[in-house]
Amino acid sequence: MNTHLRNRRTTLAALTVAGLLALTACGGGDGGSGSEGPVSLSMTIWTGNEEHLKLLNGIAADYRKSHPEVKEIKFDTLPVETYTTTLTTRIAGGKAPDLAWILENSAPDFVSSGALVPVKDDPDVLPAAKKLWQRDGKLYAYPFSTSPYGVFVNTDLIKKAGQPAPADLIEQGRWNWDEVAKIGSAVNARTGKAGMVIRDFDYKAWDNLASVWNGWGAEAWSEDGRTCGFDKPEMVGAMTYLHRAVFEDKAMPAPGTTADFFSGEAAMTVTQISRASLLTDSFAWDFVPLPEGPKGPYDVIGQAGLGVFGNGRHVEEATDFLTFMTNAENSAKLGRFFPQARTSQLDAATLAASNPQVKPEALEEVVINGIKEGKVKPSHTNQSEIAEAVRSALDPLWTPDADVEKVLGDVCSAIRPQLEK
Amino acid sequence: MKTLERSTSAVPPPQRSRRPFWTARRRDHAVGYLFIAPQLAGSVIFVLIPLVMVLWYSFHEWNVLAGTFHSVGADNYRALADDPKLPGVLRNTALFSAGLVTLNLGLALALAVLLNQRLRGRVVFRTLFFSPVVVSLVAWTIVWGFLLQKNGGINAFLDLVGVQGPNWLRGEGTAMLSVVVVQVFKNVGLNMVLFLAALQGVPQEFYEAATVDGAGRWRQFWRITVPLISPTILLTSIITVVGSLQVFAQIAVLTQGGPGDSTTVLVYYLYQQAFEFHHFGYGATLSVLLFLIVLVLTVIQWQMRKRWVFHEN
Repeated sequence: MNTHLRNRRTTLAALTVAGLLALTACGGGDGGSGSEGPVSLSMTIWTGNEEHLKLLNGIAADYRKSHPEVKEIKFDTLPVETYTTTLTTRIAGGKAPDLAWILENSAPDFVSSGALVPVKDDPDVLPAAKKLWQRDGKLYAYPFSTSPYGVFVNTDLIKKAGQPAPADLIEQGRWNWDEVAKIGSAVNARTGKAGMVIRDFDYKAWDNLASVWNGWGAEAWSEDGRTCGFDKPEMVGAMTYLHRAVFEDKAMPAPGTTADFFSGEAAMTVTQISRASLLTDSFAWDFVPLPEGPKGPYDVIGQAGLGVFGNGRHVEEATDFLTFMTNAENSAKLGRFFPQARTSQLDAATLAASNPQVKPEALEEVVINGIKEGKVKPSHTNQSEIAEAVRSALDPLWTPDADVEKVLGDVCSAIRPQLEK
Repeated sequence: MKTLERSTSAVPPPQRSRRPFWTARRRDHAVGYLFIAPQLAGSVIFVLIPLVMVLWYSFHEWNVLAGTFHSVGADNYRALADDPKLPGVLRNTALFSAGLVTLNLGLALALAVLLNQRLRGRVVFRTLFFSPVVVSLVAWTIVWGFLLQKNGGINAFLDLVGVQGPNWLRGEGTAMLSVVVVQVFKNVGLNMVLFLAALQGVPQEFYEAATVDGAGRWRQFWRITVPLISPTILLTSIITVVGSLQVFAQIAVLTQGGPGDSTTVLVYYLYQQAFEFHHFGYGATLSVLLFLIVLVLTVIQWQMRKRWVFHEN
């Protein structure tokens, strides 16, 4: 009887413990394969575009043919708006991917932290494109996308508003920001649509405004990152122009107003050439270089790197896959969507084959010159903290009666302690 | 072991030890514990352990990218005291909570009283007001985000009646109001249902007696309805206050703390510190502060029930 009772007691206890263990197992590991046995690699990316994924999966399939030990290469799409936050949260939770795309604005944080392992430094890649991703002479992420900014134009909408086409203004040597304000203002007044949209800015992601203020020779901070540039006369000039374009000329949509160029809601948009994949046949369009600013012509580029995490489960295999993915042959394939800063591929013929939608002269002007001479968007260590401080201090600028000079002075007061750290 | 020896000995065991261990009472207890085991395990794993870990993290600095984790003593708490942004954040949090609690409870009670009358189509109205409660919070907020844009649905409606609406989410004054209203409409139905249940529990005779005594509707409401539903008012106010201090998704979707810092509330600020700026230790310290605020407010409300909740004194 007693033995029977004890058995029942043990069974009860075992059931309870088993239940608890089952529950804990729910939040447990991901069944990673460790360093032994078949390897499964993961890479976080911010595109969910089917064509992009098809290309990436194709390269991964080619790699697996010659590397049977790699049973799977998985691309995890994270939303671009919260990409870096989601990635670091995964790292904090012990679920770091083996490889990741890294945005240029978080490059200094990732490169200086020691989170990434050095990758193969290909001499074919332009030194200027590698600068952001290097530390102590070593390359910590491959610059897999060096995408210049240009202007997409809805020529139908411009014609409807009776305005000159930007291509004609380029021929006449009059393609500048003042003309943009005039065209944008007229489009808004005559069609009710938006004139010029600085894509992805939305009165929050202010670093996208570098595509405008570089025309005034302004910069967010000095080259060494220690001196604030927002209160300099060049920046005051650029921001005064923007403020007037938004609130007086109504050439740009006001805060709280959405207008998507690719849906036909705006006449012009400043964005990277890699966005060409969003175009449809619903309107006639053109792609032209950035307008000239008071300091003349200029180029701006956005970059993305591809790095391998040192605390990933398969560092060696991930590094090898990255080398394969970014070799000359695969770079040419990637170049269709993500412009490559490779000397051997920077000619109009190669680019035209990759971008059949864009006119060769625009490719020559925007892509080749942009990649060679373009200035990368601003980035700094502790970028996210600085970016939030700038966003918050810059908000008072986006009201009709703002004092531009005072607001920009306040921006510098807000970020100076961070820059001087 | 002892039981086994006793049972095998030559001396017959005393009558007491023969009583079966597995009595009906014990079996009931065991079954009870088995039933609560999953919930208990969930609370331990997902509430108690993280709570202790947050306290532990608050005494450390954790650099996620570099993979370093080291003790900093009370540095994070000293930083809390010196944080120039914190007073503004606490002010915003208090403003949001006060606005939400007042509007939510006031509107919920008014709706409950109204829909407790014999009105035509009251079931339809009850369903209508309750339906946002079951809608996904983020989906609800995104839709409101579109409606509140400068060229959105609300201003289009105001245009129709000749009023030029403000830029709701970009004005320092209107952004917080917008977030509060979005949250009020989302959850007012839940409190309304709780109030309705309480109102239907108030005996009709009390009102009849009060009418005979000459008390008007307003007096009846304050002297009969409010005291008798005061336990529900306490419950809803505790739930709403605690919920208001934890607001996050609405801020993240609608304003991201802006314009300026006008809608940066405590939970959003700690999210920024931990997950955007990678100051996990300081983020944990802000969590401890939030925990203490919620704890103190709940204790105060609980203590105050003796003063104003009917049946409690």
